[in-house]
Amino acid sequence: MGFKLVFLWTDVALYVLALALAAYVWHVRRQPTLQANWKKVMLDPAALSAGVLLVLFGLVTALDSVHFRRALPPQGGQVYYDTRTMSLLDVVLARQIEMREATYSAPLGTHGISKESVNVDGQTVRQYPRLKFGGAHLQDPATEWSGDVARRVIFGLLGGAAVFALLLLAVATVLRRAHGGVAQALRDIASDRTRYPLRATAATLAVVCLLGGVLVALMNHYHVFGTDRTGNGVLYQALKSVRTAFVIGGLSTLATLPLAVVLGILAGYFKGWVDEVIQYLYTTLSSVPNVLLIAACVLMVQVFLDKNPEMFETGAERSDLKILLLCIVLGVTGWATLCRLVRGETLKLRELEYVQAATAFGVSDTRIMARHILPNVMHLVLITTVLAFSDLILYEAVLTYVGVGVDPGTSSFGGMINLARNEMNREPTVWWSFAAAFVFMVTLVLSANLFADGVRDAFDPRARNFRPRLKAGKHAAG
Amino acid sequence: MTSYLLRRLGYALLILVGVNLLTFFLFFTVNTPDDMARLNIGGKRVTQEQIDKWKAERGYDKPLYWNDKAQGREKLTQTIVWERSVSLMALEFGRSDARNAVDIGHEIKVRMGVSLQLAVPVFILQLIFSTGMAVLLVFFRHSRIDFWGVVLCVLMLSISALFYIIVGQYLFARVLRLVPISGYAPGLDAVKFLLLPVFLSLLARLGGEARLYRAMLLEEVGKDYVRTARAKGIAEHWVLLRHVLRNALIPIITSAGSYLPYVFLGSLVFESFFGIPGLGTFVIEAISGQDFAIVRSMVFLGAALYIASNVLIDLAYTWVDPRVRLT
Repeated sequence: MGFKLVFLWTDVALYVLALALAAYVWHVRRQPTLQANWKKVMLDPAALSAGVLLVLFGLVTALDSVHFRRALPPQGGQVYYDTRTMSLLDVVLARQIEMREATYSAPLGTHGISKESVNVDGQTVRQYPRLKFGGAHLQDPATEWSGDVARRVIFGLLGGAAVFALLLLAVATVLRRAHGGVAQALRDIASDRTRYPLRATAATLAVVCLLGGVLVALMNHYHVFGTDRTGNGVLYQALKSVRTAFVIGGLSTLATLPLAVVLGILAGYFKGWVDEVIQYLYTTLSSVPNVLLIAACVLMVQVFLDKNPEMFETGAERSDLKILLLCIVLGVTGWATLCRLVRGETLKLRELEYVQAATAFGVSDTRIMARHILPNVMHLVLITTVLAFSDLILYEAVLTYVGVGVDPGTSSFGGMINLARNEMNREPTVWWSFAAAFVFMVTLVLSANLFADGVRDAFDPRARNFRPRLKAGKHAAG
Repeated sequence: MTSYLLRRLGYALLILVGVNLLTFFLFFTVNTPDDMARLNIGGKRVTQEQIDKWKAERGYDKPLYWNDKAQGREKLTQTIVWERSVSLMALEFGRSDARNAVDIGHEIKVRMGVSLQLAVPVFILQLIFSTGMAVLLVFFRHSRIDFWGVVLCVLMLSISALFYIIVGQYLFARVLRLVPISGYAPGLDAVKFLLLPVFLSLLARLGGEARLYRAMLLEEVGKDYVRTARAKGIAEHWVLLRHVLRNALIPIITSAGSYLPYVFLGSLVFESFFGIPGLGTFVIEAISGQDFAIVRSMVFLGAALYIASNVLIDLAYTWVDPRVRLT
């Protein structure tokens, strides 16, 4: 079956972001000082473990960022494409999308949560209806359910443990030369005597593998996180929300950078009236309460989108453009803080000897700013960017709640929480989509925060508290 | 001091003009007054006469930025942007664009009182609890208590405020039935409605604030005067409370002061979750009803409060640290 690749705006932006990251990694490898700083980040157990989790979330995002539209069966030589835009993640989770129930169902449930009138042998009986997919393979759920779930959980745990063991073995094999054999390397990891904090990372991975194994073992026959009002699996929604969170967190900070860095350096370098104007600009912007300014901008975007419906072929493209515009709005309204920092740093840098020397040699202003000042404010940019990432994810939830966030059609944590608000007040309480949003969001934000802390500690010159990870004399290498 | 205040006032006016032009520009580049009229009158078929009538009623029947028909100075003054800006500057907010056309100024006056009832206790308690927790963590620095305290802070700040609210409402109002789930009553009855939102908003911000203040205190702890104080034989807790805390107050005030505008504007999320009819709810309603007049007035008010609170922060510096002189 044919298909047509669809490049949504945010996809392209994410690809650009990935390319930029790759370029940065390449750049770091050539710069000893940067390399040393990043090594320091990796020496922090919390930051390294959080980084691993972020990479996993990033993989989900990457899978969810390759979009295409399937070709419909040809009619009269003309090929039409499905209006539904799918992503690779949808293909991976095809079974979960297919397992659509009528309405709410509890996690791992086999029956609906509210009674329905069912016709049994010519008599109308009020009973909890069986689910179409959740536990459909069971003959008699009442007796078989617990055994079946337990079996699957054990298989899942074993599978997860096997994957983890393979991973661990692979790492040990890589380390074997420095540690004197694979067995010794494993022992050193277990007693935390490796150069990088591998034990903590291994523990994180173990948890991920075990939970992931259980999830995979259960998810084809049960709704692990239950279903929502329209009967869609909550797990699928939570995974889709990860991409939205990444888009908001990543692209919004990216959108602040050009304005903040360029204007900040210009203000700090030229001083005088340039400085006055730029300071006026960012003071004005930051005077307006953020939510209000964003609301104002998003209202504007909304009106614009409503007025130009012909711009989009599918609903996905429309809601995608809305997310992108939201990111730009967040970027354009949020550059003041970083700009202020960059300006202050530039003011300091421009008086230093090497800049004075460059000026004395007749190097042009543009070149001084690009070659001498920009690289030296980059640590501020980096710290602010990683710190802002988690804040923005939290912010998205609030904005969506207020009604100026992402489209209701796009899955996002904010949207899930927003719906959960009413669901918690239902009878019986529907707590699972709230719980799923909570688990996924807290994991994502917490890892982003821990990673950001590690980056800040490594890159902020004021936070120089270097502690050697391994005490001297102990067997250490790798 | 007087000259400082005067200069700040001049700058504030300049910024308010900027804010005003910015919001005006934002709204009207995409949205013409005709669109706004169509949106607010509602219905499928809206005649041009209805639109003209709506515009005339609300004073939108003039050109936006430049009036070609008028003479001399009136080219500039007989425009929407001029009239609206001047009235905003005089704190005359006028009426909202929606069909019921509420008096925004009156509405703000009434609702600000309600918002203050929620926000003032939160602000004060926040300062006390966060500083208290930070001092405690610093007192036990480099120990297990400090480590787990910081872990707790990071965990708490990674949880969205929305989660605190939903769980809190479910637990305290639905399961334990200690307080009403939402709503508001004037007078003393308000206490029982405000208890839960105050508690939850303290909880939601405690982690982030305490960690921030802890970092500020730690920066001070490393300084020479602290060592001197210890060398004189002062007990550690007095060193922290009398010397370190006093000197860390400036960054603490700066960070707490940035919340001041929200003390008056109210919290969007908390007010609307708990059905408290303050300014936060007002804004949310305006946003969902796309009422530009209200949003613009609130943006203006927010900016004015922000500038005022910055001046207040500066004044607080002189009170905390007599060496600071405002010139």
